[in-house]
Amino acid sequence: MKVKFFAQIRELTGVEEIECDLPVPATIDGLREQLMARGANWQQALQTNVLCARNQTLCDGVTPVSADDEVAFFPPVTGG
Amino acid sequence: MFVEVSPNDFRQQDLYDRLCAADNASRSGAVVTFTGRVRDYNAEGSIDGIELEYYPGMTEAALQQLLEQAQQRFLLSDAGIVHRVGRLPNHAQIVWVGTCAPHRKDAFNAASYIMDMLKQSVPIWKKEWANGAAQWVAATSTDSQAAMRWLKDTDESGA
Repeated sequence: MKVKFFAQIRELTGVEEIECDLPVPATIDGLREQLMARGANWQQALQTNVLCARNQTLCDGVTPVSADDEVAFFPPVTGG
Repeated sequence: MFVEVSPNDFRQQDLYDRLCAADNASRSGAVVTFTGRVRDYNAEGSIDGIELEYYPGMTEAALQQLLEQAQQRFLLSDAGIVHRVGRLPNHAQIVWVGTCAPHRKDAFNAASYIMDMLKQSVPIWKKEWANGAAQWVAATSTDSQAAMRWLKDTDESGA
């Protein structure tokens, strides 16, 4: 699946977008755990204060994910 | 209804005309427009512009959804949102919201609702520049409270 990162999370991970294998369990939280195992900066980026979207709609940790999904992780929004 | 996300500046008159043209069939009695601009200071002191990041696709969809929610909540005949992204200098225009309604209360309330909810639910992130370095702006609890007010308050729905 395609995973995107924005704002502080993009800067901390140094990555805008990556392809990920389907996590176990196949949920947003499963994916987050899998990504946090990549290193200290990933853990710092994704540990707290993170919102997520599945196919461009806000979702939560227990939301299931599938291989053709686009998932995004980002901090609370500050537009306007 | 229209939404636009763009690095380009906008002209008030153009957007007003566009909103009124879209609303031509109902010829509303009230048109409210709001413009947000870049402040030249923050809590620490003076700043040197901002930078806005967004999520192409989701940001536009979230703005569109916000207009639909406003239309369900208030008696609106039309509405539009324009949000700029990228690097913006002090005092530049950032965001424009326009609402048309038969009566002013709905137009005012809908514009206020759209801005409060935009700051809470639309994927856009702001960085402030100062002394050659940029720092991400943290989400504030006052913005969160402003949005929560609408979730509790059903008296102003105009229904």
